[in-house]
Amino acid sequence: MITITNISKSYGKVQALKNVGFEVSRGELFGLIGPDGAGKTSLMRILATLILPDSGSASIAGRDVVKDYRYIRNNIGYMPGRFSLYQDLSMEENLQFFATIFGTTIKENYELIKPIYSQIEPFKKRKAGALSGGMKQKLALSCALIHRPEALILDEPTTGVDAVSRTEFWEMLKELKRYDITIIVSTPYMDEAGLCDRVALIQSGNILQVDTPQNIVNSYKGKLYAIKAQDIYQLNNLLRQHTNIESCFTFGEFLHIVFKNDSSEQQAIVLDYLENQGMKNIVVQPINPNIEDCFIQLLQ
Amino acid sequence: MTAGTSIYAKNLTKKFGNFTAVNTISFEVKKGEIFGFLGANGAGKTTAMRMLTGLLKPTSGEATVCGYNVFTHGEQIKKHIGYMSQRFSLYEDLTVAENIEFYGGIYGLRRNDIKQRSHELYDRIDLGHARNSLISAIPLGWRQKLAFMVSILHQPEIVFLDEPTGGVDPITRRQFWDLIYETANKGITVFVTTHYMDEAEYCGRVSIMTNGIIAAMGHPQELKQQYGVATMNEVFIKIARQ
Repeated sequence: MITITNISKSYGKVQALKNVGFEVSRGELFGLIGPDGAGKTSLMRILATLILPDSGSASIAGRDVVKDYRYIRNNIGYMPGRFSLYQDLSMEENLQFFATIFGTTIKENYELIKPIYSQIEPFKKRKAGALSGGMKQKLALSCALIHRPEALILDEPTTGVDAVSRTEFWEMLKELKRYDITIIVSTPYMDEAGLCDRVALIQSGNILQVDTPQNIVNSYKGKLYAIKAQDIYQLNNLLRQHTNIESCFTFGEFLHIVFKNDSSEQQAIVLDYLENQGMKNIVVQPINPNIEDCFIQLLQ
Repeated sequence: MTAGTSIYAKNLTKKFGNFTAVNTISFEVKKGEIFGFLGANGAGKTTAMRMLTGLLKPTSGEATVCGYNVFTHGEQIKKHIGYMSQRFSLYEDLTVAENIEFYGGIYGLRRNDIKQRSHELYDRIDLGHARNSLISAIPLGWRQKLAFMVSILHQPEIVFLDEPTGGVDPITRRQFWDLIYETANKGITVFVTTHYMDEAEYCGRVSIMTNGIIAAMGHPQELKQQYGVATMNEVFIKIARQ
């Protein structure tokens, strides 16, 4: 459905995208995951026909994003990272505006947007500028969907949004799978990767890996352990300096570590050392890596 | 209020017309503590923070920050705190060194002190090679670490961090928290907001705001036990959905 081949894009000396390529299948919920400055927005804007690549090509539904931009603009829904609806129009007026532009009506496609729009409909007379973050997001998604697009391009819809609204937003995206809409969504939150069918991990304009979240996690090199002690700050300092520790990163109340030599004798030596250094209530357990563990490993 | 208290708030309230943005919140933050200030969008976090940093007069209640009354000594508070946010922190059209000089000057540091602290700063975050680069030309992760170091350049009693790690890559995000820990260990109080719930676990205590009130407060471990869940994310969702 979406094919991206060897796309590069520079802004002056900064190379935002370096030979990026991957494919997204019809009906797939595809995540583009990476920190700010990784190149996510540049790629989204190329797909949305808003900027041109320096080299390489991309197509949506077999149409080229450069040559066939008119077709693409009529048949995709795009939600930019910055809230871009008309703040001085009401919620309903915004929706009506976008429906009219695309030659349709709210009534015609109401069924598609109903699960989302019905949540905010009681406030439809309220000006878009006066909505809360979560409501703005729901309205923007409704507007991007109102012409029943073949593909949705969502640029960081959950950035700066609290954990509750984020969860709700992903539930809405899952609902949309029923309508066979292809969705490409970017996010800096690694924990959202698990909610996608497949993801591309991106950093500094390079795609690090493209796969299902499960396969990415399975490809983690080495055995991962979670460890904690009463004084987690000291524990972190001690482990990082230890010669038998390959990597050590904080994850919530635990540290995630990989041993260089993973034999039980060598592990025991590390634990003895920690106890001798005054660490109390040490808990160690083997764990499965998550996407963030994998991302960190790919960055190293 | 006891000695060793950095922030004290009792029944602190802010109304905008009929709307009560912050509704009688009370809490204390100890010197050197890392205090996580969490809440859903629109819960009143920003309004509360603006009152505590001397930018907005409360409607009622009491609060002191570094021993100064927020009603009467807003200007004194501004001199004794550091502040950094994700949205704005450094001047993009100035170089790294110029930003440090600028902020040092604003906080009234002497030229020699600025020089010495600049060197310490470069060493700590390994940024000496970029001292003459424009902020707009350095990667976001470095920028955020630099912004934090600049916000504590004048060795404030408290530093307020408003979503300091939004969008930052996972390794830099952790390096950022290393800096936070070091700062707290030196006795500087850290007041931080975040949308990353794993970061809530790094705080000594957290409070969670909903609809203008503090709905829960405590050590992350206590809160997880109290709500019978395994992660702070679940605690947050349970409270915010109540």
